[in-house]
Amino acid sequence: MTIETLAPGGAEDGRLSGPAGPEGRPMDLLRFATAGSVDDGKSTLIGRLLYDTKSLFTDQLAAVEAVSAARGDEYTNLALLTDGLRAEREQGITIDVAYRYFATPRRKFIIADTPGHIQYTRNMVTGASTADLALILVDARKGLVEQSRRHAFLCSLLRVPHLVLCVNKMDLVDYSQEVFEQIADEFTAFAAKLDVPDLTVVPISALKGDNIVTRSENMPWYEGPALLHHLERVHIASDRNLVDVRFPVQYVIRPQSTRVTDYRGYAGQVASGVLKPGDEVMVLPSGFTSRIHSVETADGPVAEAFPPMSVTVRLTDEIDISRGDLICRPNNAPAVAQDIEAMVCWMDETRPLQVGGRYAIKHTTRAARAIVRGLHYRLDINTLHRDESAGELRLNEIGRVRLRTTVPLLADEYRRNRTTGGFVIIDEATNRTVGAGMIVEAA
Amino acid sequence: MTAPAAYQVTHLDALEAESIFVMREVVAEMERPVLLFSGGKDSIVMLRLAQKAFAPAHIPFPVMHVDTGHNFPEVLEYRDRRVAELGLHLVVASVPEALASGLVRESADGMRNRIQTPVLLEAVEKHRFDALFGGARRDEEKARAKERMFSFRDEFGQWDPKNQRPELWALYNGRHHPGESIRVFPLSNWTELDVWHYIARERIELPSIYYAHEREVVERDGMLYAVNEFLPARAGEERFKAQVRYRTVGDASCTAAVRSDADTVEKVIEEVAATRITERGATRGDDRVSEAAMEDRKREGYF
Repeated sequence: MTIETLAPGGAEDGRLSGPAGPEGRPMDLLRFATAGSVDDGKSTLIGRLLYDTKSLFTDQLAAVEAVSAARGDEYTNLALLTDGLRAEREQGITIDVAYRYFATPRRKFIIADTPGHIQYTRNMVTGASTADLALILVDARKGLVEQSRRHAFLCSLLRVPHLVLCVNKMDLVDYSQEVFEQIADEFTAFAAKLDVPDLTVVPISALKGDNIVTRSENMPWYEGPALLHHLERVHIASDRNLVDVRFPVQYVIRPQSTRVTDYRGYAGQVASGVLKPGDEVMVLPSGFTSRIHSVETADGPVAEAFPPMSVTVRLTDEIDISRGDLICRPNNAPAVAQDIEAMVCWMDETRPLQVGGRYAIKHTTRAARAIVRGLHYRLDINTLHRDESAGELRLNEIGRVRLRTTVPLLADEYRRNRTTGGFVIIDEATNRTVGAGMIVEAA
Repeated sequence: MTAPAAYQVTHLDALEAESIFVMREVVAEMERPVLLFSGGKDSIVMLRLAQKAFAPAHIPFPVMHVDTGHNFPEVLEYRDRRVAELGLHLVVASVPEALASGLVRESADGMRNRIQTPVLLEAVEKHRFDALFGGARRDEEKARAKERMFSFRDEFGQWDPKNQRPELWALYNGRHHPGESIRVFPLSNWTELDVWHYIARERIELPSIYYAHEREVVERDGMLYAVNEFLPARAGEERFKAQVRYRTVGDASCTAAVRSDADTVEKVIEEVAATRITERGATRGDDRVSEAAMEDRKREGYF
C-alpha cells in the first residue's frame, strides 16, 4: 500500500469536508465533563440536551420509560440511558464514567458524565483530564454544597479551561434573581481562590427547559446566553498551546518495501506548538539538532501541523530517534528531568501510595520507573487544608509528591501543558493504573 | 495569544487524529495486534484509519474475521477483495469448523451470536494475539458507553465493567500478563453519523447491501429479515419484496434490514441524521434478548 492507493484524490482533489455548519463553517469538537449528583438534576439536564438536539432515540427513550415504570419511578429516570450495567440498575447507582454524544450544526459534543457518589474523585479526574469545559450543577434551593466546591477544585487542578455553573431548578425558587445572584456571587468568590480562567453562570430549569436551548421568558433579568448557545460558541481554539513545539515520537515508520526506500518518518500527535518544514528542531533527550524536511499525512504533505493533528515528521538529518523521544525547538525545550514534583491523585483501592514505593510511569509516549521520594502533604479537597503529617495517599486522596525516575522525563509544568505535564502511575505487579500525576516542577 | 482561525480542525479531523494515535500506540507497545474485520462499515473505516496511521508502510498487523457461516455473499466478496488489495493476512476463525470439532454447539434458536465468543477466544489463544482492534462505538449501546479505549481482558477474555482501568488524557495502559489481552476500540468516540460522514469524505467503498436495494423479506418481531438459506420464512410468514438497506452487518440470521430509498452515501447521511431509532435497536435481534444482553455477552468475551 502506498499513499497513492488510498482515497481517490487527496487534499488537493477537494475532498468533501464533511458536514458544514451555519455559514458553511465546518463543525468542530468540544469535550465536556458533567459533575453533580442525581439530585441536582444532572441526568435530566443531559437527557434534555440529548432530546432537544435530537440525539436521543425513541427506542432508547421507550426502553428507559419501560424500566422506569417497572421500577415504580415517579418520573422517567434518564440516568437509565447509560446506567446500562446490571449492577447499576440493580443498585440504582452509577459506577463509572459514561460517554454520551450529541451534535448541533456548529459542534459535536462528547460528554464525560461522571457519577456523583461512588469513586467520585477518581471518575471526576478521569473525565476532566480531557475536557475543554466542565459543567457543574447546583440545586437553586440548596445553593452551594461541599460537593460543588470539590467539583470546582478538581476542575481547576486538572486545568479545565472553561467552567460553567448551572444553577438548576430555578422554577422551584420562583425564578428568583436574588437567589441566583447569591449563589453566583458565592461561587465566583470561591472560584477566585482557584485557578479558573473562564467562568460562566447560567440559571436554568432542566425539567422545564428554561435557558437550555433558548433564553427563558421566565427570567427576563438574565442577560446571558442559554446553555446550549454558550456550549456551541465558547471559544476553545485558543485554549491550545500553539507556542511551545512539543512532538512526542510515538512510532518510527520505516517501510520494508522495494518501492519506498530510505524512508524514515517519526509518527506522533502534536502535543503543542506548530511544526513547519524548514524549522530548526532539537530532539530530546539526545539534544541533537536538525531541520524538519517535511510533515506528512497519508493524504499528502501539509504546510504545518498543530494540535491535535496526527502526522509523520521527517528530518533532514539521519539521527537515532525512537519512541519516547521528543521533538521541540532548540530555544524552547521542556525540562529533561529525573526529579519530579507533582500533584498526585491516588486511584487504587487496594494499596495506598507510600514513600519508598516503586511504580511504573507513563508520560507522553515515554515509559519509566519511579520511586516515591517524598510526600509533602495531603490536600483536603473540601477545605484546601494541607496535612503535612500524612504518611500515605489512599484511594481518591490528592497530595504533593516527589518522584525520582529511572530515565529522564521530557516534562513541562502541567499548568503550561496538559499533555507533557500529565502522567499516570501503574502498579507493576497488577498492571493497574493506580494514580494520575500533574507536574508542578521538573528538574 | 489568540489563535488564527486557520489552526482549527473539524470534528472529523479530530476523531481521525485520535483514532490514528490509538492505533500507533498499540503497534508501538503490543506484541501481536490483530484487527477484527467483519466487512461491516465500522471495521472498514478502521481499516482505512490503519492505512493512514502507518503510510507509506503496510498495515503492520493481520486482520481476523469471526465467520459465523451465516454471511451475506456481498460482504464476503468485499472482505476477500479488500484483503487482497491491501496485501493483508486474513485469519478466519470459523464457527462452522468449531461446530464440526465440537468446540461449540448450535444454540436452540439457531442464532450464532453467542457461540462466536469461544471461537474468537480460541483463535486469540492459538495465534497469541495480545491486542484486538474492534470497531465498537460508545454511542451504539449502553454497556458500550462505559467501555474504555483500551479494555483489559483476563485470560478468559472476560470484561469486568466494575474493575476498569481509569483512562486519563491520552495515556493508555496496555500492560498485561501473558495470556491476558487488550481490546482496543479506536472508534469509541465516533457516532453512526460520524462514520457515514467519514465514509463520504474519504470516498470509502462499502458492500452494496448498505445502500437501498430490492430484497425479498419477511416481517418478524417488527423487523424486516431477508429470506435466505440461513433464515427461511416460517410457516405463516408472508414473503414480500421491499426496498431496503442494512444499517449494520452482522450474522445474516439475526441482522435485519430497514426500509430505505437511500441508494447513495449522501442519502444515507440524510436518513441517518433524521432517524429516531438507534442502529442496533432497528436491526439487531441479538440485542433484544434482554436489557443487559450486550453486557452479558461482553463479560463472556464478546467484541
